[in-house]
Order: sequence, then structure tokens, then C-alpha cells
Amino acid sequence: MDHLQYKVVVGLEIHVQLCTKSKMFCSCAVEFGQPPNSRVCPVCLGMPGVLPVMNKQALEYAVLVGLALNCEIAAFTKWDRKSYYYPDLPKNYQISQYDLPLSAGGFIEIPLESGKSKTIRIIRAHLEEDAGKNLHTAGNFSQVDLNRAGTPLLEIVTEPDMNTAAEVRALAVELQRMVRYLGVSEADMQKGHMRFEPNVNLIIAKDGIEYRTPIVEIKNLNSFRALEKSIDYEVSRQIDEFFETGKTLETGTKSTRGWDDVKEVTVLQREKEDAPDYRYFPDPDLVPVQLSKEWLEEIKSRLCELPIHKQLRFVNEYGLNDYDAGVLTADRSTAEYFEQVVAQGGDAKRACNIITQDLLKLANEKGCTVVGLRIPANHIAQLCKMVVMGVASATAATTITTIMSGSPDKPPEVIARERNLIQKSDVGELEAVVDQVLAENPKAVEDVTSGGKKSSKACGFLLGQVMQKTKGQANPKVVSEILAKKLE
Amino acid sequence: MPEKIDQTQVKKVAKLSRLELTEEEVQQFTVQLSAILDYVEKLSELDTEGVEPLAHCLPISNVFRQDEIRESLGTEKTLANAPQRDGEFFKVPKILDDSSWA
Repeated sequence: MDHLQYKVVVGLEIHVQLCTKSKMFCSCAVEFGQPPNSRVCPVCLGMPGVLPVMNKQALEYAVLVGLALNCEIAAFTKWDRKSYYYPDLPKNYQISQYDLPLSAGGFIEIPLESGKSKTIRIIRAHLEEDAGKNLHTAGNFSQVDLNRAGTPLLEIVTEPDMNTAAEVRALAVELQRMVRYLGVSEADMQKGHMRFEPNVNLIIAKDGIEYRTPIVEIKNLNSFRALEKSIDYEVSRQIDEFFETGKTLETGTKSTRGWDDVKEVTVLQREKEDAPDYRYFPDPDLVPVQLSKEWLEEIKSRLCELPIHKQLRFVNEYGLNDYDAGVLTADRSTAEYFEQVVAQGGDAKRACNIITQDLLKLANEKGCTVVGLRIPANHIAQLCKMVVMGVASATAATTITTIMSGSPDKPPEVIARERNLIQKSDVGELEAVVDQVLAENPKAVEDVTSGGKKSSKACGFLLGQVMQKTKGQANPKVVSEILAKKLE
Repeated sequence: MPEKIDQTQVKKVAKLSRLELTEEEVQQFTVQLSAILDYVEKLSELDTEGVEPLAHCLPISNVFRQDEIRESLGTEKTLANAPQRDGEFFKVPKILDDSSWA
């Protein structure tokens, strides 16, 4: 049998919860994990006679994301009612945007392995309100909590430009990094701040003809891992289904499948025979938004360097590898901290090592960010200098950073002195120790000087003896040089 | 003059609005809704060539509030009008298809 030729096609619908203090159209607090139905008022309850009023901050956050996604921002935008009946939507319609979305026609660059990137087109990004939450765990009825109802949501729709599960994941991670950089969303997938709904189908080549499988929308994805796995699963499932039933985009129906995180499969939720009838119409309760040039410019001025650009710059400007640059730029404050350390005279590669290897580990243990460790950037810069000059070894640097995380105000030299962590690089002093070691170990010396197999092992042994005698404080590089000279 | 709306459409609209209508009501509403549509139809006598569609009937835009929190009702008041409650939750018939949130 020939190798099966197929192409995966994925487009994403993404909902991002904006981190405003209050809801989209009323003043109830947006807070996760509060007692059920405690953050609700007549507006988000959909009581008769109430009027929604737009949250200016939510609109500006949405514009900021639209700009970062290279979208055209609409000078005139309005609100529409999307009708549907569901217990989590008390008004029986959702305030959304239909024909005049806030932004449209953009793109996002996603980083792929080996420093490459790919451009994914964005169809539109519009503002809407979130629904409440239904719980189905209580028995023969469902429970509704409306705390989330009315939370500002940004809906982003991409073109079906992704062709692997890894690309979909890369987009999700990049978008998370982007909205966090912009400070417009906490973007925590577990808390539902970011919800991804991929539309997946395949183009299968068989006997010289291309067949498209029916589109499947996947729901219930609450981690990047689930997002990636669900697409891989759907690809193999759709191949099987195609060869079993022969159903195509034209002859089959679009369906929605839910991801089962335990069994790692998608489960059919429903088939859409016809498109849902949302009966959109302009919301008479809300006036339109006109975005003047001045206002747009003012919002534009709040844009920051986007993470993917920062990552690329870290590679070019500081000579870091792509992986390290990715780790440093995963969080904006960490990336900025790194640049502060470098600005204070820290060697970029040393600073990168100390931050990515020592500080990130300490921060994770403490459950804070690198900046949250409160170690002044100039102290890390000094530590970098100490390592570069050979005053502190890499091992000593790790010990010093651990101590710094406990007493952030103590300069690294003080810690090094107090803890005897100053590395000995004085040739004269070390020569004396080397001479002593050589005198004590004539057998090893003979092994080295006679050359052959045992030579390098014996050399390592002698180095180890010197390190032991100096309680690990000798600069191994200097000791190696002395040893080499004395034994040549 | 033919009816503006037929019984099938009335049944469809009723279903979309989660309304259960008797056959009598379907007939009755078909006549009444057609009359309403006939009335509204008068508007199409106007020449709207070159007129921008109106997004809102008031000539104003940009009515905002600042992002400030005000006190909510609290759980007890929120649930006061609920037909049924279960602790701090609204209690509703079991939802079988939980995928219609789009």
C-alpha cells in the first residue's frame, strides 16, 4: 500500500477573558473562586428595565490585542444580540458583535522549532460577554452559577492555517504569552481564562483525488497538552472514519466533539444538521463606539515589544540560543529583569544561565516570578562578573543565589566571603598545593607522565585531590593549567 | 394577498424561543404575525437608496463607565426570585447537551 497522503487543516476559535476589575456591562467584580451567585446584579441577571453600560477598560484591552494581532481596528463598531436559550445566559441573548467587529484581518507570528516562525491569519477579534457556569455533578438536575456571566471576553477567530498539532500548540502558547505581556488577561487555561476550540479536518489524497473530511469542532480543552493531544487523536480518528464511511465535507455533517481528558479521546456531542439560528440584531440598549484617531494612537502607545520579537532580539543581540531566549521571554518581567542585569554590566550568557537555571528554580519553589524573589538586578550583575573573573565558580553561584533568595539585600561578594565561597585563582598559592599533592601521589604522577590509557584518569584524580585540599575553592581551570605545566 | 408568514415558520420561531404552542395558537399567531409584518411592510415604501443602515436610533456614541467595582446583590438576593434553588445555586432541569454555548 502506498503511504497515505493527507494534510491536516486546523482553524481556531479562541476566547480570552480580559482581566478587568469589573464586568463588561455592569459593576460586579470579576473574581474567580467566589461563593456561587455572589457577584451578580440586576444587569447581569437580565432583569427587566436595566441598562448595560460599557466598561471602557475592556474596550481598550480588546483594541490593544487587536493591534498586537496586526488587525485593522474599526473606527465604528456596535453591539448585537445573539439569541440563544440556555440556563447560563439569563437574558436569553449574549451581547456580542456581529457584522461590525472591533478588529479584523490580522495575523500572528508563531515560533516553530529551530528558530523558524509561521504566520497565521486572524479573521477577526471581537468583544462579547461571557456566560455563567453550569454544573452537572449534583444529581438529576443542573446547578447554575452566574458569577462569570457578563465577564468581558475577546473572541479571536483564525483562518484554518495550522497544519500540525504542534503548530496549534505554538499558537496557543504564543497568544498566552502575548496577552500576558500586554497585561490584558491572566490567560490561565485551568481557570478558563483562555479557551481554545479547534476546527479540524483533513485533506486526503486517494487515487489522484483530494477528499476533505467533515469538520469537527473540539470542546472542553483545558490545557495545552489536551489541545495538542486532541488534534492528534482527531487526525487518526478522521482517517479511520473516512476509510470506513467515505463521508466527506460535502456528504457528511459538521459535528462537535468533547475531549475526554482521562481516556484521551474525543466523544461525539452533537451533529449540526443546519447552522444555528442566532437571529442577530443590533442591541438597542447600547450605543455604538467610535474610535477616533487620537484615541487609537493613545492606545497604540501602550503596546510593548511583543514576545516573539523580544525572543528574536535576545538571540541576535545577546547571542543566546533560541531555547534560552524562549525561556527568558516566556514572562515579560523576567525578560525585562534579564535586560536590567545586562545593562548593569552582567555578561549576557552568564546572566541567562543564572536566571534560567538558578533563579527560575528558586522562583518556582517559592511560587513567585523571578522578579518576585526581590534580588536587585545589580547584585545578579555583580555575581555574573564574579563568575566571569573566576572569583566564584558556577557551583558557588548557585549556592549564592539560593542565599540571596533568602536575604535579597545582601551583595554577592559579602555572601561569598561569609560562606568561604571565594574561588582561589592565585597561581602561587595553588602551586604550593599542587606540589604537595604531586609529592603525596607518586603513582598517579607516573601514570600521567608515562602517557597511555590511564593518563587522563590519573590527571583527573590529581585535580580532585587539589580540590579536596582547598575545600572546593580552587579554580579548577587554574589548577588544570598548573598540573599540565608541571607534568608535561 | 398571501400570508407574510406560514405555520411552519411560526413553529420554527416558537421552537427557537422555547415556546410550546397548541395547533390553535399556531393558527392564531400566523394570522397575527402576518398582520404585524404587513404593517411594518409599509416602511419599504420609502426609498432608502444610498442611506446608511442605522446602528442605533440615538445620534450618540461612546457611553462608557470606568472599570470600578460596585457592590453586587449577594447570593441571597440573587436567588430570591429563583423558581428553584440548590444551596447557593440556581437549580434547573438536568442539561443533557452542554455544547450550545458558542
